[in-house]
Amino acid sequence: MNKKTDIICRAVDVKKTYWRGKVAVEALRGVSFDIKRNAYISIMGPSGSGKSTLVHILSCLDTPTSGEYYLENALVSKYSDEELAKVRNIFFGFIFQSFSLLPRLSALDNVALPLIYRNVSKHERIAKAKEIIKNVGLADRMLHRPNELSGGECQRVAIARALVNDPKVIFADEPTGNLDSKTGAEIMEIFDHLVDEGNTVVMVTHDVNVAAHARRTVKLKDGLIAND
Amino acid sequence: MIELLSKITLSFQTFKTHRLRSFLTMLGIIIGVTTVIAILSLIEGLNRTVAKQVQSIGSDLIFLQKFSWVSTGHRDLDKLAGRPDLLPDDAEAITKLSSVEIAIPQTSRQLQKLKYKDNEVSNSSVAGSDENYSWVNNYIVESGRDFSRDDVLHRRAVGIIGSYIATNLFPDETALGKDLHLNGHRIKIIGVFKEKGTFLGNSLDDFILIPYTVFEKFFPRPRGTLWSRVYGGYSISIKAKDGMKIEETIDQVRELMRRRHGLGFDKEDDFELNTQQILMELYQSITNVGFIAIVAIAAISLVVGGIGIMNIMLVSVAERTREIGIRKAVGASNNNILAQFLIESIVLALIGGLIGIVFGMLLAWLVSAVSPLKASVSFWMILLGFGFSASVGIFFGIYPARRAASLNPIEALRYE
Repeated sequence: MNKKTDIICRAVDVKKTYWRGKVAVEALRGVSFDIKRNAYISIMGPSGSGKSTLVHILSCLDTPTSGEYYLENALVSKYSDEELAKVRNIFFGFIFQSFSLLPRLSALDNVALPLIYRNVSKHERIAKAKEIIKNVGLADRMLHRPNELSGGECQRVAIARALVNDPKVIFADEPTGNLDSKTGAEIMEIFDHLVDEGNTVVMVTHDVNVAAHARRTVKLKDGLIAND
Repeated sequence: MIELLSKITLSFQTFKTHRLRSFLTMLGIIIGVTTVIAILSLIEGLNRTVAKQVQSIGSDLIFLQKFSWVSTGHRDLDKLAGRPDLLPDDAEAITKLSSVEIAIPQTSRQLQKLKYKDNEVSNSSVAGSDENYSWVNNYIVESGRDFSRDDVLHRRAVGIIGSYIATNLFPDETALGKDLHLNGHRIKIIGVFKEKGTFLGNSLDDFILIPYTVFEKFFPRPRGTLWSRVYGGYSISIKAKDGMKIEETIDQVRELMRRRHGLGFDKEDDFELNTQQILMELYQSITNVGFIAIVAIAAISLVVGGIGIMNIMLVSVAERTREIGIRKAVGASNNNILAQFLIESIVLALIGGLIGIVFGMLLAWLVSAVSPLKASVSFWMILLGFGFSASVGIFFGIYPARRAASLNPIEALRYE
């Protein structure tokens, strides 16, 4: 394998400008950024520094105003909404601060959700989701709904959901933000373990202790990378 | 396919969690479809009853008269009264036509009262015709005898009574051989017709038949009134030959009558040829108006129902903004989201339609049970009910579904 294929995501001079009413907000003012295979990156910065915007663009939830974004050498910054949905489904797993599980579905169905949009048969969906949910230690809780689970359990379900489609990169937005420190530490152990297994993790955090788990920390300030 | 099924089950889950709300949403559709199914099946039932009745006239009968059964617009009595009378001679001439089995003259008059001893009937009628009357009009002489040619030719004061008169005037004895007084003239009863039932609500058994020759003597026509000049004279009942096209018979009769009346080619007919067909057409033209009224009612209630669905779907989209964000984040495309919400509104409308169909059938059945109106539910009505509700679901679901599909995933995820 040469060095080039080792890079999964490459952002080149990415800028993003929002319009809040009549005021232009320059959230990103030219950021270049690579994610290599098996990287463990934390993105830090004060609020308004553009770290959320950067992660949104990296995870294809948003497109840059200017600049280019490549995913395995494909220029995805010009993709349509439909194509971006497919990219998110195939390339990425998402973990949010507030878990973001669907309240009406069981833990198992929540985990299987991304597979629905891949036209995987119900039988396969359930089989795959069961396997993953066992790996995060929730085998006996998988038929419960989110409101019957603790915060830590919910976040494990969310992690299982992020893993179910074998993503190339897992994005986590303040994954321990809504958890007590002990549960937070347990969740971070899972992340460490995932990286050890060869996964790629990019997380956004305020917490220095959480960021310390990462092998690379990127600090953003005023829409620019201040420290890498 | 699998995906569609799972989406349908998902929408059922949504309804289960919001039972009352879903029911209220469906109410408009339920009422609309219930009304349509109930009224349509009642009209259909009425149609069948009327069609059966009208067909009982006989598809091979033509009635030559001064007036048409269906008059379009203003009926000009003056003009009709000026038309030449139709006469027994005409019937004789028509009988000779190759496509005609037989033609008979017929006339009738309303009677005030008919008495025998202590019994009486009112509002019966007296009819005058010849010996072929019962054959042409499908009457059977149950007891006694029919007219003979001689009765007609020799003006014998004899009569055959309908079963209604027989049972009411002669409850305990035979009517045969008894005398009845009509307008002060004596008529001897020689026969009784078998019961025939009703036609469009009128009894067919409440009359006495006498030879037309006797009728002319006993009931001279009052010449004065327009009404009598139009409706008081003879009409000729014509029975077409078996296997003959009725149009052909009509053409032959028309040609003959025009000749007999000396009409030039530029003059229009001064008589009318009525058949069961035009009666059917008249009836249909009346019910068509009813049909249009129903369609209008249905349209209004379905639009109201549809707006209800749209309203609730918009609420549902707003409530589930975060869910939409999550689904989009994990890879749902705009079309996936669109399909999810569209299916939900279609399923909602279809359930409403189904309930409406059941209610409508129950209502129609109830009306049939307590009234003489007979309902008849056809398969096409059920299809119509489903079709209507599905289209409402699509039409009023598309806007909320598009709104859900076009949500920005980031903003949707931020939504609390």
